[in-house]
Amino acid sequence: MSAVRCIDLCKTYRQGDQDIKALDHVSLEIAAKGFVCLSAPSGGGKTTLLNAIGGLDIPDSGEVWVAGQRIDQLSKGALASLRLQQIGFVFQAYNLIPVLSARENVEFVMQVQGVSKDGRREKSTAILKEVGLAGLEDRRPAEMSGGQQQRVAVARAIVSKPALVLADEPTANLDSKTSDELMELFVELNEHHGTTFVIATHDRRVMGYAKRLIKMLDGRIVDDINQRAA
Amino acid sequence: MNYAGIIITLAWRNLWRNHRRTLIMVAAISVGAWAMIFMTSLMRGMVNDMLRDGIRVLPGHVQVHHAAYRDDPSVNNLLAMTAGEVSAAMTAAGIERFTARVRVPAIISSERESRGITFVGVDPRQEALLDAIGSAIVEGEALSGPDDKGVIIGQKLADKLDTRVGKRVVVMSQDPDNEVADRGFRVVGLYAANLAVQEETYAFAGREIVQAMLRIGDGVSEVAVSGDDYRDVSQLLAQVSALMDEQDEVLPWQELDAYLGTMLGVMDGFVLIWVIVIFLALSFGLVNTLVMAVFERVREIGLMLALGMRPSSILAQIIVESILLLVIGLSVGNALAFASIVPLQDGIDISIVAEGMEMFGASSVLYPELQMNDVVLANIVVLLLGFLASLSPAWRASRYEPVEAITKV
Ligand SMILES: Nc1ncnc2c1ncn2[C@@H]1O[C@H](COP(=O)(O)OP(=O)(O)O)[C@@H](O)[C@H]1O
Ligand SMILES: [Mg+2]
Repeated sequence: MSAVRCIDLCKTYRQGDQDIKALDHVSLEIAAKGFVCLSAPSGGGKTTLLNAIGGLDIPDSGEVWVAGQRIDQLSKGALASLRLQQIGFVFQAYNLIPVLSARENVEFVMQVQGVSKDGRREKSTAILKEVGLAGLEDRRPAEMSGGQQQRVAVARAIVSKPALVLADEPTANLDSKTSDELMELFVELNEHHGTTFVIATHDRRVMGYAKRLIKMLDGRIVDDINQRAA
Repeated sequence: MNYAGIIITLAWRNLWRNHRRTLIMVAAISVGAWAMIFMTSLMRGMVNDMLRDGIRVLPGHVQVHHAAYRDDPSVNNLLAMTAGEVSAAMTAAGIERFTARVRVPAIISSERESRGITFVGVDPRQEALLDAIGSAIVEGEALSGPDDKGVIIGQKLADKLDTRVGKRVVVMSQDPDNEVADRGFRVVGLYAANLAVQEETYAFAGREIVQAMLRIGDGVSEVAVSGDDYRDVSQLLAQVSALMDEQDEVLPWQELDAYLGTMLGVMDGFVLIWVIVIFLALSFGLVNTLVMAVFERVREIGLMLALGMRPSSILAQIIVESILLLVIGLSVGNALAFASIVPLQDGIDISIVAEGMEMFGASSVLYPELQMNDVVLANIVVLLLGFLASLSPAWRASRYEPVEAITKV
């Protein structure tokens, strides 16, 4: 069973009197335990594709399957619980709740999932340490640098070990050293927990970690490279 | 629950995100709640004063009459039971505050003037227990017992009759056979009442003397019984009904005095309207605050939805935030109201503004009355309507599309 399957996805946005094909007949299959990078120049359709896979946006046509389930026809409620239980998100635009501390942001998803207080605390402490934020647990987002905020977002996405992580430019605000640490963390999770990663990026350093590199341009897949022959 | 925990945490922190706006809203709600409770207690004080006075004229929360007495208050319409029987029955039932009266229309004449009055034969000890108007003697003395041969009249009537304590008057009425029944009395005391018309209307004499004058044996026209709270007389009504002869009519004061009874009802309605009017003024501020709050947080609401939080939890968050705001405002408002009413318990002298008010039966000292049910009403109205007012902004927040909201700038 593949982790993600997209069949002939199309999504068109209207900007003024111009139609923009954000997704133009995209078909794609990502195996379980995959580690995929989506690379495209800005406006290439990465975010739109991730949103379709994450059940945040419904494509105009085509099918989206996640973990063997067709999701483009699910109700909003069913999509919400799919996102909550099975997918970890790092968004491109906006990631943290300003009134919550780093720890509380990391624990947010677990709290909504109903994880006990002790369980949450243990996991959030460990994950914040792994992303290099030990000691900053009680800071609010406004009291952290862009890179630190980004790491909190990553910590939240992976803390409850979801089957699928969708990360939209997760290293955008990070220096190269931190980027490497973060990617190594992803790789480790991928190898030890079998978490499937789909990472949108135009950072070459990030692409280097991927088992598979999918290149997009103007909403179409233009290249699909298997970087580490199995 | 964990989930409720995060909703409350978010609501609470968001509430204090914009301190200034929240404090202004808290202040507005506090002042509103204070005004509701304080003004209501003043109105209550005023009306209670009128009502108590009204009931005091010939008091009794529950009264018993011959079925025809209220249409024709004559000596022919006496109760089935005698004063002695009533007394025995009441005492046996453990009722202490009761009185049996003879009450007939009569003409009182001094050497110079005559006036139509209501002539009341009383047992002064029983009347005193009920705090009847005749008990407030300002000159001379009270009746000593049901066999006292004197008469007590109001100050105003004494003026009109041009008589005074120590002088003699003649009271004339009819006996059951329509024969003239009259008797001379010495004025032994003058009483004062809040209403001039009361002082002019009622004259009191010993019950046994009046019974003898009217040739009615030990018959009486009225039994009055008082309980603990004039607002709730249903239990007393049932108890007294059981004791009295079934032909006789047992009624609560509200029905005996429709004006006063209606007034209490009108007052309750008035309090509710007052509370709602203040709330409506508040609700504009409340809704506006919430709409602003939701608008400022579109992106994080989108984020929470995108992460898989249910729209109903977003709805709950905004409502909890609104309720927290209301509860804080109400707490301060209630405290202010109590703090401002308690020092006024001894009465506010409103004689400067109250000239002419006496005509309506209000006295010139106003005792604010803090009634728990009014306080509860005000708080419930604010919470309930506040909850309803916050539904619309909360609903809007919960309907955002996560992706659109999250990318909104
Ligand atoms: N909500 C939207 N309304 C209009 N156009 C949009 C919207 N979202 C994306 N687009 C357009 O769709 C195209 C693909 O966007 P996106 O998926 O965000 O690309 P990427 O993430 O690769 O930069 C872009 O041309 C973008 O302008
Ligand atoms: Mg993008």
